[in-house]
Amino acid sequence: MTSRFANRLLALARKETRQMLRDVSSLAVGLVLPAVLILLFGYGLSFDVKSAPIAVVLNDRSPAAHDILSGLEGSPYVLPVRAASISEAEDLMRRGVVIGIVQVPEDFSRRQAENNAHIQLVVNGITTTTAATVERYVRGAINTWEQHQSDRGGNKQLSIGRVELVERLWFNEAGISTWYLVPGLVVVVMTLIGTFLTSLLIAREWERGTLEALFVTPVQPLEIILSKLTPYIVVGAIDLGFCLLAARFLFEVPIRGSLPVIVAVSLLYLVVSLLLGLLVSGITRNQFQASQLALLVSFMPAVMLSGFVFDLRNVPTAIRIVGYLLPGTHFMSLIKTLFLAGDHWPTIIRDSAILTLYALGLGWATHRTVRKSLD
Amino acid sequence: MATPTHILIQIAALVRKEFLALVKDPANRMILFAPVLVQSLLFGYGATYDLLNVPYAVLDQSHSKPSAELLARLDGTRLFRRAATLSSSRQIAEVIDSGKVLMVFSIPPDFETLLTTDQNAPVQMILDGRNSTTAGVAAAHVGAIVADYNASLHSTSPGIVIERRSWFNPNIESRWTMMSGLVAALSMLQTLLIAALSVAREREHGTFDQLLVTPLTPTGILIGKAVPAVVIGLIQSLLIFLITRFWFGIPVQGSMGMLLFGLLTFTVTVVGVGLSISALSLTMQQAMLYAFLLIIPLMLLSGLLTPIDNMPDILQTITYANPLRFGINIVRRVYLEGAALGDIATEFIPLLVIAAITLPLAAWLFRHRLS
Repeated sequence: MTSRFANRLLALARKETRQMLRDVSSLAVGLVLPAVLILLFGYGLSFDVKSAPIAVVLNDRSPAAHDILSGLEGSPYVLPVRAASISEAEDLMRRGVVIGIVQVPEDFSRRQAENNAHIQLVVNGITTTTAATVERYVRGAINTWEQHQSDRGGNKQLSIGRVELVERLWFNEAGISTWYLVPGLVVVVMTLIGTFLTSLLIAREWERGTLEALFVTPVQPLEIILSKLTPYIVVGAIDLGFCLLAARFLFEVPIRGSLPVIVAVSLLYLVVSLLLGLLVSGITRNQFQASQLALLVSFMPAVMLSGFVFDLRNVPTAIRIVGYLLPGTHFMSLIKTLFLAGDHWPTIIRDSAILTLYALGLGWATHRTVRKSLD
Repeated sequence: MATPTHILIQIAALVRKEFLALVKDPANRMILFAPVLVQSLLFGYGATYDLLNVPYAVLDQSHSKPSAELLARLDGTRLFRRAATLSSSRQIAEVIDSGKVLMVFSIPPDFETLLTTDQNAPVQMILDGRNSTTAGVAAAHVGAIVADYNASLHSTSPGIVIERRSWFNPNIESRWTMMSGLVAALSMLQTLLIAALSVAREREHGTFDQLLVTPLTPTGILIGKAVPAVVIGLIQSLLIFLITRFWFGIPVQGSMGMLLFGLLTFTVTVVGVGLSISALSLTMQQAMLYAFLLIIPLMLLSGLLTPIDNMPDILQTITYANPLRFGINIVRRVYLEGAALGDIATEFIPLLVIAAITLPLAAWLFRHRLS
């Protein structure tokens, strides 16, 4: 009995493997897409603003105003560009040449002597993250300059009894966004590979009638499912290897947790997402619907709602619940912790248990969609 | 001989048939229109950097009047929500590691003494760097709250005042940026897939050969296949637009005509790309996988999630071949900036170039790619 099970499974798995290997598009998605994603995520996605052009309008020609301008220079974040007048600066901004304006009004040095000076900062709010960075940077530069001025001038007014904020960023001390985006890459790759590659497998056999042909053989539904999973688990494991090597050596993201744990939970999640694809395929029995649904349940949720870029602690409760219903969300928090914080066992145990439940639940549901047709 | 009227009637018949194939199945209708509605609501609320009730923990070792005042300012905003009150610094690691809070605000025992003796009192803010972007936003807000508090400590003037104004998005809300981008991005996903599957499905079912021996020219087939996909794409964009405008109440600065014209150009380009994929593929599996292979880089390099300006130069150059980059730019600039055609004419050029390559390519491939 067991050996027959193994024989049938082996035969089916061999057929699925050949089918996968002969189809160029499967291999392209299985192996090329992850490589492209790794490069795009590592190099292309970044919240770290570099050399954002800002126009500087100095209506006050005093040395103090010039000092402020030089305070903005030489920073990796902003690139000050002199503009002769505010109307020229506004024109540059409208054309998208600069993304912010710093204007020092003509009475600046006079009012500074009275400790009552104003500086105008205009930002382009369309790119909110860049606008926030530029604002933070300009404020910081001007405050530093001001502190410096008052220290030199012996004016103690600014340094008396203030609350001084000491910022400490744990796990990502330099605040490099690549450090958290690259671990997220593992989640996105495992989700896409899993769901995309398998979402058509059962639907295609339904459309072509070959699944019914399989039903008259002694093959069991469980064997069909296992045989369809096997070749793609191998592909997924190769992709996981790519991701980890790239994270470590190409992008130099620290891997602070233990490697065996990372590999084990990633493979567990791979099985979850492969089963999700098979379930979509088994429910729709139609390649058009299966492909649309696969795209909808995998890519966008994995990127937008899993906590990949948008922190789920930051959203309304209803949306947070939707986020936590997605298996990818649990894997996302787990893999970020494993990469950046290390082995935090309560998190590992909780999230692995949740993912195991998903695997069992999805496996059971897929099994039903295949078996239902037998009767 | 076929007169222009004849040709039009033939094409109209094909368009009708394609529409029926897409929408006659109720499950298809669901899948084409329900997801964009659900997704625009989900992402409108969920895809945000704006802080809302972010959980944080307090370690107040000072237990003094000034420390209580400072904490009241923090709790008084709707940005932060106190999720834990710690009693020892040993507890900090646990609440941060487990992800229970985004930030721990730690006030030293000598806080009041330092302040009353005119010295600087350091307050520690420990942030969870597993999402350094959100952490950065939180740090900026706490910085502003502390600055306000400092100003209130000393009735003397606060030094240089920086007056910040923001153009096009007065409160710098990330939802404005996200939703206007989604009007183009969400509809692209499904539209590209519809176009990519249209010819591939007929190839797989063997009906495409029959279509090729009808009097329809390749251009006729192209139009017949393109029109339904373009219409569905535009309807999807419009649905997202309506949610953006009326549900989220984000005001439109530009003209509707300009917005529609931009979306039409963008959608036609996307359909051109989709049909080229379709004409290249022999099976639906191939068409779908090639479409996925393309959709993901298009999304990631579009400026929807992270600004294009932050990318390395080589990737910035590559994005000129990305229709979504320009689709998003056109919608954002018309919607939020109120741009007119003269302001954004250059955004149309890449779209028109891509359409001018992909549409004829697809028509040519209909006849020249036979299995």
